[in-house]
Amino acid sequence: MSGTFLSGMRTMARGAREQPRLFGIAIAGSVVYGAGTAASGYLVGRVTDRVIVPAVTGSGDVSTADVWLAGSTLMAVTLVTVAGILVRRVWAGAVAFTLQAGYRRRLARRYLELPLAWHHAHPAGRLLATAGSDVEATWQAMFVLPFALGVVVLIAVAGVAMAAADPVLATVGLLVIPALLLANIVYQRRMSPRVTRVQQLRGEVSATAHESFEGALVVKTLGLADEEVERFTVDANRLRDANVAAGRTRGAFEPVIEALPALGTLAVLSVGTARAAGGAVGVGDLVQIAYLLGLLAFPVRAFGWVLSELPRTVAGDTRVQAILRESATTPWGERSFDATGGPVAVSTTGLGYRHPVPATDPLDERPELPGQRASAVAPQHDPAPALADVTLDVAAGSTVAVVGSTGSGKSTLAGLLVRLVDPTSGDVVLDGVDVRSLADGEVAGAAALVPQSTFVFDDTVRGNIALGLDDASVPAGRRVGDDDIWRALRLARAEDFVSALPGGLDELVGERGSTLSGGQRQRLALARALVRRPRLLVLDDATSALDPTVERAVLDGLAESGEGTTVVVVAYRPATIALADEVVHLERGRVVDRGPAAEVAARDAGYRDLVTAYARAAKDRADGVTTNTAGMA
Amino acid sequence: MSTATSAPAPRGGVLGRARELAPEFAVGLGVTLAIAAATTVGKLVVPVAVQQTIDTGVLAEGGPDVRRVVTVCAIAAVVVLMTTVTAWVVNVRLFRSTEAGLASLRVRAFRHVHDLAVLTQSGERRGALVSRVTSDVDTISTFLQTGMLVLVLSLGQVVLATAVMFFYSWQLALVVLGCFIPLVLIRNRLQRPVAKAYALVRVRMGEMLGAISETVVGADVIRAHAASARSWRAVDAAVEGHRKQAVKAQVATAATFSAGVVVSGLVVALVIVVGTLLGIGGELTLGRLLAFLFLAQLWVGPVQATTEVLNELQNALAGWRRVVELIDTPVVVPEPAGDRVQALPAGPVDVRVEDVAYTYPGTEKVVLADVALHLPAGSRTAVVGETGSGKTTLARLVTRLVDPAHGRVLLNGVDARDLPSRELHRRVVAVPQEGFLFDASVGANVRRGRPGATDDDVRGAFAELGLTGWLDGLPEGLDTPVGQRGERLSAGERQLVALARAHLADPDLLVLDEATSSVDPATEVRLQRALEGVLSGRTSVAIAHRLSTAEAADTVVVVDGGRVVEVGSAVELAQAGGPYSRLHAAWTAQHA
Repeated sequence: MSGTFLSGMRTMARGAREQPRLFGIAIAGSVVYGAGTAASGYLVGRVTDRVIVPAVTGSGDVSTADVWLAGSTLMAVTLVTVAGILVRRVWAGAVAFTLQAGYRRRLARRYLELPLAWHHAHPAGRLLATAGSDVEATWQAMFVLPFALGVVVLIAVAGVAMAAADPVLATVGLLVIPALLLANIVYQRRMSPRVTRVQQLRGEVSATAHESFEGALVVKTLGLADEEVERFTVDANRLRDANVAAGRTRGAFEPVIEALPALGTLAVLSVGTARAAGGAVGVGDLVQIAYLLGLLAFPVRAFGWVLSELPRTVAGDTRVQAILRESATTPWGERSFDATGGPVAVSTTGLGYRHPVPATDPLDERPELPGQRASAVAPQHDPAPALADVTLDVAAGSTVAVVGSTGSGKSTLAGLLVRLVDPTSGDVVLDGVDVRSLADGEVAGAAALVPQSTFVFDDTVRGNIALGLDDASVPAGRRVGDDDIWRALRLARAEDFVSALPGGLDELVGERGSTLSGGQRQRLALARALVRRPRLLVLDDATSALDPTVERAVLDGLAESGEGTTVVVVAYRPATIALADEVVHLERGRVVDRGPAAEVAARDAGYRDLVTAYARAAKDRADGVTTNTAGMA
Repeated sequence: MSTATSAPAPRGGVLGRARELAPEFAVGLGVTLAIAAATTVGKLVVPVAVQQTIDTGVLAEGGPDVRRVVTVCAIAAVVVLMTTVTAWVVNVRLFRSTEAGLASLRVRAFRHVHDLAVLTQSGERRGALVSRVTSDVDTISTFLQTGMLVLVLSLGQVVLATAVMFFYSWQLALVVLGCFIPLVLIRNRLQRPVAKAYALVRVRMGEMLGAISETVVGADVIRAHAASARSWRAVDAAVEGHRKQAVKAQVATAATFSAGVVVSGLVVALVIVVGTLLGIGGELTLGRLLAFLFLAQLWVGPVQATTEVLNELQNALAGWRRVVELIDTPVVVPEPAGDRVQALPAGPVDVRVEDVAYTYPGTEKVVLADVALHLPAGSRTAVVGETGSGKTTLARLVTRLVDPAHGRVLLNGVDARDLPSRELHRRVVAVPQEGFLFDASVGANVRRGRPGATDDDVRGAFAELGLTGWLDGLPEGLDTPVGQRGERLSAGERQLVALARAHLADPDLLVLDEATSSVDPATEVRLQRALEGVLSGRTSVAIAHRLSTAEAADTVVVVDGGRVVEVGSAVELAQAGGPYSRLHAAWTAQHA
């Protein structure tokens, strides 16, 4: 608890240092609020003594003007206090929201800078939750922290005012403060594990529902609905029990926290009457202390709120900092390509790659829940290399087809060639330059990859293809205009469907826009690559969702465009391979054979098996049919 | 804020439906509310004790009467302690009944999602469905457990305080009411811009998370095209948009809250002024006047709290309506009524599609029309056609994932609509293109095909499909975790697991909807051969864009523009000069 308290407060202090002006204004407002509230309590006591008691009991001479003056003074103090409250609330919000915004920007920048190998090791959902809910959790306490600091001022000023009225009564009354603090601390201590459990179970319920709905088709087609409902019921009931357990504690806290000031006031009234009998205090003193106690009862809860937020602060900040401190970077070099046009020569020597080990959640030392998800407890083992000792030479301007069975490392090789990731061993050389010695932007400027599955941004068609190259800040030579975009769309055989869209290039596609078919998405991705006039084009099974005729047209268009592009294409279809000058057969991450297609086919049985599988199957069947027919005849 | 989007359900209707859907809510509610009402008496203790202390204690004739004050305060303390205990009892009772009700509501909504047609579940829709069973139910629980109680207690507190005020001095009571009632009335109006501002905050939040998600999900593309500047600008704008709107909403809330503080300060000042003037006239004792300072405070809390609670009530009602709307959504593929239920006769399934048409619900778009087919028991059929031709819909009709708009589908002579879904889907299994895997091991995923199957059964299923080699290549064999959605496996490998799962289910009719589309050709051809063995004695339908599958079938059905245009053997159709011939020619050109 105290560890959480200290590290949570350290985070708050860091936030205050990062936004000193906003935080300072919030605190100033809160001090005005605290002092003003205490002053109004003090004033009520003084007014009772000097105005109300003499007037009502007739023991003194009080004019109507005096009465109105007393009322106006109180009102003036209230208005100042309200101004303090306004400033405190608005600026406390501004501090928290500005900090959230700052950390979200920093995280997004990290996400953009961190190497893809790092991304591949971190589940996307977790990274998103960090930028969303973890950042929010980190700074939630900031909303109440200025309030709590103002309450410290309130207690201090009220304490002095009470002591000035009567030290004995003040002591009796102020005993309520430690009692309230104690109640708060006991409550937080008892509540914190229960809240954690509720949060965890809520996550479980949500994850189970999400997974089950995502797999709804499978659930339906296998008749698994009853099992799924049973699985969800277990989760829902566990959450229910945890909520009731938390409710038992929470349900006791509110009544206790309301009873304490009431009991304190009753004690003040009893002791105060005795003191009054001895002549030590007057009615005004009694009222002042009782009234101040009433004023304190609510604000003291601010401490409880801060305390209850701090565990979330610590958890959120741990996740956020883990990413911000991440040291993985892509070390860019200084060099640039000598040539700016013409096809690129590609060579690799001894290329090897291992997939990164999946990262764990920095908070994962929490108590385990029954029914933990399998991936959360998956043992860590050294993954087998995805690629090993791959040596290639692709002449500038040639087309190479990479062929291999499912899981043979084709996509990994494609990613390495354009430096999406760096190899574990060996190197990739483009036009005689090791890609790691090239400056940021050089590889992307010369080479383009069209991946297997296409990501479409929540943007217009134009935005999705230009990806920022249409921005005014891009140097004129590299800037992309609508003409370039249409040319790329034409080449990718996407011109027809794009011009048929109601908005044309301005049509919103992606999450909130019109939905595209798999083939349309692939053609968009193809256009995205082609608009950059790449000198090296890597197609990672990028035409798989296209009908054979469309694929043919796209590939022919590429060949005819005659822009001088080196093409590396991952493919199965013999027609695609026919366009290649050379084929490379990959199996289990290693090069089995390479050379002109006919030569490889002649000497490599595995390659033949892969490429001619359909044709052979068809032939076998045809033979079978013939035999059958012959038999029947 | 929700009133703009949908008309509020009648109060009685909402509560009535709550009782129907989750009777646990109402259990002991009357007793709970009665105890809660009694508990509010505790709030009056301090003001009354102040009045008694001053009037009959400190100012007692003949000097302060300490004994009397101590007695009064002791009694008051007992009342405070008693109401503390009853308040706790109320809370616990409320938590128990509402949590029980909410848990069954969650489960009910969850079940209904699975009963609904799966076609409606796009990614976006899925997120919404998850929040039906999580956060929407949570808003109801927040309101029921804190808001409703606050509302009941506040009302009781205000009524009691007002009664005591009128008993002490009707003039001062009117002064207090005169200040608070206008505040209550304008608070609702003040609250409207606040609600609007927060609705906008949620919109900006969505945009911001969307922008950030692109930096994560689109990382490969951004890197491949060095497009981080564009993403950076988008994130920056979205983050700033959210921050600005959030601060705006904060200003609106602070202003509304401050109005309440100003009024309560005004009440104290007026009570002192008017009370003193009344006191000078001898119409009010000192104790009663001072008690008013405390009584007036009993109005402040409820006035501040109730607007927030009314907001919560709005949220809860909106959440409630969304959950009920989900539960009340009619099931597109309903279970047969009791008197229509029929059993599916044993053995391989004979499928008859009679004069079937299908239109997307709520649209005019005809997906399939005039389809009549007969697939004899034990036959193998391939359905081919271009994307969007309606072939997947045909597969869904046969497996009763959707019902025809016209005509009927007979399985072994029984209308598919008369078969209980559990029995139907145990015997008729479809393998979709994206064979979803659960976050568990390979073995556990396959076992879901037949609950209770042993590891040997699972290995057997892989072996019969000729996939033992692949299975042995996995780092931990059957125990290899597949990750969320099966993402640790490649798309092709996921399809292998889904296929093994369907095979283990041992169906009498197996429908493969592009189930091997991501598998490499050599493996696919091997699988095809293995399937031919495995499928003997069952009926099978395969939807395919690779014609290699069609060539393996007894019958090929060619679908084009929502109609069946050709039926026949692959060999016949290839020579018939129709649409299949053209597909076949293109295919041969690619693969010869």
